[in-house]
Amino acid sequence: MRTVLVTGASGMLGGAVAARLVADGWDVRTLQRRPSGVAGVHDELGSVTDAEAVSRAVAGAEAVVHLAAKVDIVGPEAEYRAVNVEGTRTVLDAARAAGVSRMVFVSSPSVAHTGDSLVGAGAGPAEPSRARGPYARTKAAAEQLALATDQPGFRVLAVRPHVVWGPGDTQLVGRIVARARAGRLPILGSGAPLIDTTYVDNAVDALVAALTAPTDSYGQAYVVTNGEPRPVRELIDAICAASGVPVPHRRVPAALARAAGAGLDAAWAHLPLPGEPPLTRFVAEQLSTAHWFDQRRTREALRWEPRVSVDEGIARLAAHTRAAVDA
Amino acid sequence: MIAPTTVATLAPSGLPGLDPAWSRVVRTPSGAWHVLDNAAQLTAEPVGTLLCVHGNPTWSYLWRTFVAAATAADRPWRVIAVDQLDMGFSQRTGDTHLLADRVRELGELTDTLGLTEPVVTAGHDWGGSISLGWAVDHPELLAGVVLLNTAVFQPLAERAPAALRPVMVPGVRQAATVTTTGFIDTTLALAHPRLDGAVRNAFRAPYRTAARRAAVGDFVADIPAVAEHVSRPELERIAAGVSELDVPALLAWGARDPVFSDRFLRDLLDRLPHADVHRYPTAGHLVAEDEDVATGVLRWLDTRVAAPAAPVTTPERPPVRLLGATLTERAADNGPALVELHGDTSRTVSWRALARRTEEIARGLAVIGVRPGDRVAVLVPPGADLTAVLYACLRLGAVVVVADAGLGVGALSRAVKASEPVAVIGIERALLAAKAFRWAPTLVAAGPINRRVRSALGVEATLVELSDLGAVSDAELAWPDADDEAAVLFTSGSTGPAKGVVYTHRGLAGMRDAVASTYGISAECSFVAAFAPFALLGPALGATSVSPDMDVTAPRTLTAAALAAAVRAVDGAVVFASPAALAGILATQDDASDDDRAALAGVETLLSAGAPVPADLLLAVRGLLPGAHLHTPYGMTEMLPVTDVELDEILAAGDGPGVCVGRPVQGARVTISALADEGTAVGLPSDEPDVLGEILVTGPHLKDRYDRLWFTQDASARDAGWHRTGDVGRLDADGRLWVEGRLAHVVATDHGVVTPVAPERRVDALDGVARAAVVGVGPRGTQQIVVVVEPDEPAGAGLAEPDLAARVRDALVGLPVPVAAVLVVPGLPTDLRHNSKIDRTRLAGWASAVLAGRRARL
Repeated sequence: MRTVLVTGASGMLGGAVAARLVADGWDVRTLQRRPSGVAGVHDELGSVTDAEAVSRAVAGAEAVVHLAAKVDIVGPEAEYRAVNVEGTRTVLDAARAAGVSRMVFVSSPSVAHTGDSLVGAGAGPAEPSRARGPYARTKAAAEQLALATDQPGFRVLAVRPHVVWGPGDTQLVGRIVARARAGRLPILGSGAPLIDTTYVDNAVDALVAALTAPTDSYGQAYVVTNGEPRPVRELIDAICAASGVPVPHRRVPAALARAAGAGLDAAWAHLPLPGEPPLTRFVAEQLSTAHWFDQRRTREALRWEPRVSVDEGIARLAAHTRAAVDA
Repeated sequence: MIAPTTVATLAPSGLPGLDPAWSRVVRTPSGAWHVLDNAAQLTAEPVGTLLCVHGNPTWSYLWRTFVAAATAADRPWRVIAVDQLDMGFSQRTGDTHLLADRVRELGELTDTLGLTEPVVTAGHDWGGSISLGWAVDHPELLAGVVLLNTAVFQPLAERAPAALRPVMVPGVRQAATVTTTGFIDTTLALAHPRLDGAVRNAFRAPYRTAARRAAVGDFVADIPAVAEHVSRPELERIAAGVSELDVPALLAWGARDPVFSDRFLRDLLDRLPHADVHRYPTAGHLVAEDEDVATGVLRWLDTRVAAPAAPVTTPERPPVRLLGATLTERAADNGPALVELHGDTSRTVSWRALARRTEEIARGLAVIGVRPGDRVAVLVPPGADLTAVLYACLRLGAVVVVADAGLGVGALSRAVKASEPVAVIGIERALLAAKAFRWAPTLVAAGPINRRVRSALGVEATLVELSDLGAVSDAELAWPDADDEAAVLFTSGSTGPAKGVVYTHRGLAGMRDAVASTYGISAECSFVAAFAPFALLGPALGATSVSPDMDVTAPRTLTAAALAAAVRAVDGAVVFASPAALAGILATQDDASDDDRAALAGVETLLSAGAPVPADLLLAVRGLLPGAHLHTPYGMTEMLPVTDVELDEILAAGDGPGVCVGRPVQGARVTISALADEGTAVGLPSDEPDVLGEILVTGPHLKDRYDRLWFTQDASARDAGWHRTGDVGRLDADGRLWVEGRLAHVVATDHGVVTPVAPERRVDALDGVARAAVVGVGPRGTQQIVVVVEPDEPAGAGLAEPDLAARVRDALVGLPVPVAAVLVVPGLPTDLRHNSKIDRTRLAGWASAVLAGRRARL
């Protein structure tokens, strides 16, 4: 049986990837600090910053899907750097030393995003100094590191799924639901900017496809999305409706929201405030500019097409909500 | 900040559009030059060298798009774009360079570079004179000249361009050009639209200090605007040499240039009568900043210099019966040619009277100096006067320029000026505009004109006076040749500025024959011209035309009773109408008497033209004209008609991918150029059914060419013998053509192309929707589909309400990609002429901005 290591399998996407690989007949190891909760895998508990734990986990694997990262919107940049950059370096070194032949680095379109609208954009170069926020900057540096390691015998490829969502998602869906419930989710500006998203099953398909993609597709980064951009307000409304929380009605001008976000960023950076700010400049920017991508190169290189449409994904989210309420 | 330096330097990096690798320094005895040179970037042997010379106060940066396009071309050219000495990043020699110096120095540079033939020069502004000086001095190398807003003659100071006169006063000159950046700033402000800040800074980069600007002032001082100016002999030498040039020449011209205005274009054309011209109506002095001139110039180099077509051996073209022939033959016929109904009275013009009046006006025009080939703009409402004037021009061989008020005042004025008429024949209102906007030197009044207005406008003659002059003239008028220019018509301008379309007499005769055969009109028969322009065809067809009682400028004023009266008056079995006139008839059908209904029931053929006709309008018309075959043509200003279809066939064809427009009329041919994934029409002409592509048409009544729009003509005629319509559609297995919209409006998604017409009709059918437009946003090949709805109930612009959005998405399930967004607007933008063609380009621009989170106004 072929062995694969999935790092970060306690997250929604990582867990789903591990489960899919099990179903596909792989011998799956996982590495994260908490149990993955995925049936049929061998959990190695530890951090990607711990070289020994990483070496143990990767021993005997022929492939790695590296998802583990500090994913957040606030906090000191050094913490992000330790996990996202140094952790990736550790995984790369250990994998190469263990004779791994293929590694899929899970990145983010935000590594190339410097604040303007992205309209039918390709996978631009990672911008470690200009990307917005500590997460994007450190992921950008890590992606550069990973792709620079690509060579015959140790192939590395980066996949950048954009806004992954689905049932059980604590990032996008979780945040929207929590804020909508608290009545703290305004409509920013016109609500019209087109945002492309990725239903979780499609992201899983793309990562698994990447593991078997032709060799000449390696050494590069690919943005993965549903290829179905929607006005941001329609998406948020649909997610709220499917999650059984009130649809937002309060409007806030986009420029005001960005300014407020910047102020709150500063407050949370300099004051001992708990949790995350109600709005960050990063989030305000994300919600008031377009982000959608040219998927032709990705689909060609990964031999992959999304199977679950946005509408079908929303229906599945609603079914998941109903099941949770019934339970 | 660039340090003041006297040596030549490379251009700094980071200037938009300029590859620093092009930048090099070349030393010559007179000084060191900075030039752009793409020789090192070329991957194939260049066809030749394009030697580009900037004017004042720009530098080689002006030519960056030429360097890029020439490098990337299939047949590449080496480009040498110079910074003249003491200009741009070239050496500050401290010398003052007169015109003759600059011409000689440019020769030194090309000697140093060792340029070999073929060389094509390109010049802008005063660089044009210098490049032409080089051209005249290097006949052995010269293969062509390209000129952008320039001149080789300079009127003496009192007639120098008004915009330049102030800076030519010595004290002002120093302050404007050297001490301050005023002259540079003013020049850069001439761009339409406004230049990007980074581009403006790039133009200013070499001129940061007064010391670096010294030559900017010297250049202005060297304008030889007085007879004894030291550079005048050199300019006169160059001008004389230019008149002897027989190499291919191209004039690419921005019409909104306060300095190098149309009179300089005219002067160059007089010297280079064989030159190709592309005049951009809305571009200005910095024409290469305003428009993509470089791509067109590379196409021109390919066509005219790299691979010139073999000398055209036109096959002997068959003789043609000119449009005016019938009128002359029937000069003794007392039968009715034109019948105009007004209430209970009517006015009849016999063939004899019309023929005599036409001949007299033609002679009268000759008497006041209009020669065959001269252009005459005609702004007269449809009626007997217009008919006589048009046939008089055709008889004389003057070229009629016909622009209609439907273009809107600004576009109308630009269109008329672009065609450069020698005379305007118009009603008083038109003459006021002609005077105000200086359309032509000679004005002729049609219809009544106030005596004081006449004198204020300097009207040369009235139509009545022209007739009188003609009646006593014994001039023998020759008939024009069939292949001489006959008319300039204008496109509706719904896709950019209105384009002039040139017809020869042969083309007009073809149009007459196509109409006659398609609608069964022959001499001795009569028809009703409920769409006024058709009345003009009567004398050519030999048929009596009757104009019903209506306001010709407002077709909707036609009533059912008025149409019936016209049908009765001449026992007319054929009716020509427009959709607006048909709407008028339907709205008043309840007022029609039984007699009226009986008369209308006798109509055998109805043709509705002038704008697209919805099938349900025709169905409603059938109730009133039960005996008529209801025809609609498909065509365009460049060729009309192309196809024709009857209502029965439209109904039998059923729903399809677009609008069924039937089969080609007699003499016309239609073919398809298939679309590539990115929505560009690249396929070779093919008649294969069910292939979506650009519609190509040809026939005896195809336009001769676009007027002074060489690049546009070249692109439209790139398949020999065919005209690219810019429409998309497909042929079906029965040979019928289906039109699906405009090529520019095709949405190119990553799962294939979507044409707008069919999905729009599905959305139009939804409750609460007045009309809808389908547009694409994003890069071609990966565009997203956006539906913009004009609701029945007015709403503010923005995202559609969830219910409407959901219904639109449901209606459009099955498109290659799902609808990304549904927007609403209070009203869709449409063209002025027909108020029916949706301006999807503007709409797409607005939707793109809104959906990218930017504020935008429609």
